[in-house]
Amino acid sequence: MIRGAPVHSLARREFLKLALAATGAAALKSVDAAPISKRKTELIDVNVNLSRWPLRRIRGDDTPTLVKMLRNQDVTQAWAGSFDGLLHKDISEVNTRLAEECRNHGRGLLLPFGSINPKLPDWEDELRRCVEQHSMPGIRLHPNYHGYKLNDPDFARLLRRATDRGLIVQLALVMEDERMMHPLMRVEPVDTAPLADLIKATPGLRLVLLNALGKLRGKPLSNFIAAGEVYVEFSMLEGVGAISSLLAQVQVERVLFGSHAPLFYFESSLLKLKESPLTEDQLQAIRYRNAKRLLAKSL
Amino acid sequence: MEIWDLHCHLSGVPGNTPEARLGKLLEYADRMGIARLCVFMGLEWSYDPSPEKMRQENDEVLRALKHFPARAFGLVYLNPKHTQASRDELNRCVRDGPMVGVKLWVAQHCNAQELDPIIQRATELKAVIFQHTWVKITGNLPGESTPMELAELAARHPETKFICGHSGGDWELGLRAIRPHKNVFTDLGGGDPTAGFTKMAVRELGAERVLYGSDAGGRSFASQLAKVFGADIPEPAKRLILGENLKRLLRPILQDKGIKI
Repeated sequence: MIRGAPVHSLARREFLKLALAATGAAALKSVDAAPISKRKTELIDVNVNLSRWPLRRIRGDDTPTLVKMLRNQDVTQAWAGSFDGLLHKDISEVNTRLAEECRNHGRGLLLPFGSINPKLPDWEDELRRCVEQHSMPGIRLHPNYHGYKLNDPDFARLLRRATDRGLIVQLALVMEDERMMHPLMRVEPVDTAPLADLIKATPGLRLVLLNALGKLRGKPLSNFIAAGEVYVEFSMLEGVGAISSLLAQVQVERVLFGSHAPLFYFESSLLKLKESPLTEDQLQAIRYRNAKRLLAKSL
Repeated sequence: MEIWDLHCHLSGVPGNTPEARLGKLLEYADRMGIARLCVFMGLEWSYDPSPEKMRQENDEVLRALKHFPARAFGLVYLNPKHTQASRDELNRCVRDGPMVGVKLWVAQHCNAQELDPIIQRATELKAVIFQHTWVKITGNLPGESTPMELAELAARHPETKFICGHSGGDWELGLRAIRPHKNVFTDLGGGDPTAGFTKMAVRELGAERVLYGSDAGGRSFASQLAKVFGADIPEPAKRLILGENLKRLLRPILQDKGIKI
């Protein structure tokens, strides 16, 4: 966080305090309404997107429907990016619309994570707007759709600037199966080879890897986790008992709940929590505690 | 409602023996409320198995089935490049053994004439044919079939029941390719849980032709069940997909084997 916080930082801090309080209030309401045996706990989904996937209409690609679906699943908070951030060049408009949609339709539920493309002119002002105008707690990056590699100096600069501003950085490695892409919209998965060194070179960075666990596992994954404050969500994790297997490689404190909804069926990630035998403590950490702690550091 | 999983493997599951792996799969299946599993292929796979390798993989499945006869069915893994050996294996595992269908993978494109004697024999035995299919923009394997090729095969054998594995992977293409062929059913398993998949399958094929399968252990039961539980389709359609369709498909051969369901 930048020292000597100006007025806009105080406003953002108040916004984030409200966001943190909202998740607790929603959970309390559920507890009050439910018998002991059916008590609901909080659920924070760190990986949803608003607006339309470019290649297909899907249920939930309008914000009210998505909000209704998330509430029906007892989600108490969702960190939302925008599909528009993949291809739109007017990223300012994308981020403004994202913030408005979160405010107008998902107040208390949706937290906006703005798109930043460090290859666009004057991207640093976009970062400023995310913080000062929209009170966003973080940003979401799509290097493969924005045409840069992780060894690009602009990416390293973006990580530093975002960290200076106290933002959570979400890095999406893929959005869909590479084998099934539209022939005119093919992008390679993000090459993560330079990432461990970048994490080490950016003290204070809080990084969340999105859609990463389809291929990233084993030693490379452990290396990222060990390199700094790095978190993963499991929307693309596969295999029987997959969460149990993940916890053999990654400490539970670094695992967040992410659904990749509405592009993926929300139920996929939810059912993964059922498939693996987890303790109540592990479940709570994954469902909300880790995300809440991460968000609180933005205050 | 019983859930039957059409599409499981012994790979990607912990355990040193076939029965240990099937036992582990069933532990996870129990957590998800899945009653029966169809299992095919052995502990280590081969794209283009020799007759000896085919027998070895099928022996591993037979060994696993022996330990869980009330929970699992088997499909016999064949290679159309070895036509006579495949017919012999079909007789050994289905006619004389407990298996109830055929698995064809990536050894040979499925529109090849070499498949016909195998399909004819499987049809005589009332065995269903599960053909792996995929359309990859990144490029298919040399012998890997597309759903369009399966459509050709199905047109040559209108009395045979085929299952289009993975719905062609790129399901928006695959479902269209098999749509005209009423003897082709589709498998939802083995791809990402992408929203809209199941709704399109039901819209284009009818719920009666759509089957839940997971492709576990490589995939999780959770992500694949979500394709049904999360789909914007009527509840009766979900019941058909999760078990009733597969029961209906397998009923003739199960009756011949004296297995009551």
